[in-house]
Amino acid sequence: MARRESVKRKIIVTIFAWAIGLTVFFPILWTVLTSFKTEGDAINIAGFFSTGWTTEAYSVVQERSNYMKFAMNSVILALGSTLLALVIAIPSAWAMAFAPGKRTKDLLMWMLSTKMMPPVGALIPIYLIFRDLGLLDTRGGIIIVLMLLNLPIIIWMLYTYFKEIPGEILEASRMDGASLGKEIFYVLTPMALPGIASTLLLNIILAWNEAFWTLALTTIDAAPLTQFIASYSSPEGLFWAKLSAASTMAIAPIIILGWFAQKQLVRGLTFGAVK
Amino acid sequence: MATQQTRLLGKFAVSPSVAVLFLWMIVPLSMTIYFSFLRYNLLDPNAACSILSPGQLLDSANRCMAGFNNYKFFLTDPKFFQAMGNSLILVGWVLGISVVGGTLLALLLDQAFYGRGIVRIMMIAPFLVMPTVSALVWQNMLMDPVSGFFATVFKGLGLQPIDWFTNYPMTSVVIMVAWQWVPFATLILLTSLQSLDGEQKEAAEMDGTPPLAFFWYITLPHLIRPMTVVILIETIFLLNVFAEIYVTGTGGRAGNLPFLVYQYGLISNDIGGASAGGIVAVILANIVAFFLMRMIGKNLEG
Repeated sequence: MARRESVKRKIIVTIFAWAIGLTVFFPILWTVLTSFKTEGDAINIAGFFSTGWTTEAYSVVQERSNYMKFAMNSVILALGSTLLALVIAIPSAWAMAFAPGKRTKDLLMWMLSTKMMPPVGALIPIYLIFRDLGLLDTRGGIIIVLMLLNLPIIIWMLYTYFKEIPGEILEASRMDGASLGKEIFYVLTPMALPGIASTLLLNIILAWNEAFWTLALTTIDAAPLTQFIASYSSPEGLFWAKLSAASTMAIAPIIILGWFAQKQLVRGLTFGAVK
Repeated sequence: MATQQTRLLGKFAVSPSVAVLFLWMIVPLSMTIYFSFLRYNLLDPNAACSILSPGQLLDSANRCMAGFNNYKFFLTDPKFFQAMGNSLILVGWVLGISVVGGTLLALLLDQAFYGRGIVRIMMIAPFLVMPTVSALVWQNMLMDPVSGFFATVFKGLGLQPIDWFTNYPMTSVVIMVAWQWVPFATLILLTSLQSLDGEQKEAAEMDGTPPLAFFWYITLPHLIRPMTVVILIETIFLLNVFAEIYVTGTGGRAGNLPFLVYQYGLISNDIGGASAGGIVAVILANIVAFFLMRMIGKNLEG
């Protein structure tokens, strides 16, 4: 009796949860569906499911704006900035976790507080510096900005991961005469690999979606997918099937990555404050 | 435990990141502060100084010193109050919706049902969508007053379609941004819910504790800490919302502080004014940060 009751409950919850889940997901689902319509059918929502499907919009988008170039830039910027940040962050996180001083907590707080500074406060100087150094619209320049933007989060995440590794193991390797570099790269890094991987994933997602700096500092050569999409906001370019196709192409890689990295995503963004 | 030598090594290892972050903070900030006291237009750097009034001070690059005029101008610009109000509305509403909505969705996802993995993924997905994409999709395909999805549904029900972005620009932006950030809150609160002691739940069930009382006395206190994390992180990002307003062209009425500074700087080319605005934004963010850091600092101790 209780069992049947609970099955009934489970079915009701299932219906309810699916309804809400589909509602939340709807804008994305709708975009993907619209991308497989002709322009004429795309705005005829009332007859949406009675008309045919086509991949025409994708080929038009590909012809009009070179998707691969923007996508390559997104990949290079996201990967480049994250890897560069990791190289700087790993020694720092090691120091904070295994050789903490009195001010380590304050230092961490200060690093996080640099993220509090509104980007607009730094926009004009960075824009002028970039202009004078010829860094505007270059991948190198944007990689540096994105690296600095995410560095505090990366250090913080690595720190919370490293703290869970017993310091004795590192000490033992030191006793055996390993140098600091060897200790970090041969002992610590392999042990913290899951943590480092999730840091990498989360920051790739953040860098991929970063829109303020990429919109302000790039035009053509270094423009990532955020610019690719922004170019579809001009009225003459506004056709829903094409817009949908472009949107789907811009978000698909990161959504797929995000699905795989669900768990890591949570751990990362909570700074270890949620168990 | 750490020896003198490792301490030294530690200082050495931490210095590159401290150095770059310090530069990243101090160089733009000091330049912004300096520019904020100049009459400096990017298109025509010397024009403002062509007619020299007596006693006019110049800097080494012959730019006019403006004293506090940029601040006076920015702080008395009616747009400033509007932008400030919009910033507060945006942060306040989205935070409120995220915490309440996130809690409800997390409670739902914590139940047993068929296809939980898929539903969870669907609910998280909006967080992964690029802000520029989300803005375009919402503005055009969903909220368009003529052939958008909502308009079609309204017409189907015999109702007058709503012209969202024209009549309710701020509401539209809030809805759009909340859609992106509720999933984030859900994800974090769900993780926390799942760590809630199962035995406590069973004990409460046996004692016949009403679900509402259980939520109020057990679940909610357990969620306070992850909620502060949600509030901290979302505030950082929400104070700086830009792409959604830029792409949808709602900056005129729904523009927040970052958008106003952008307008001053890169559209009007008024570097002095934009810098003053930037400094105002930094000061306001620091006030918010001060309270938030104390809050999370306390939480991280535990």
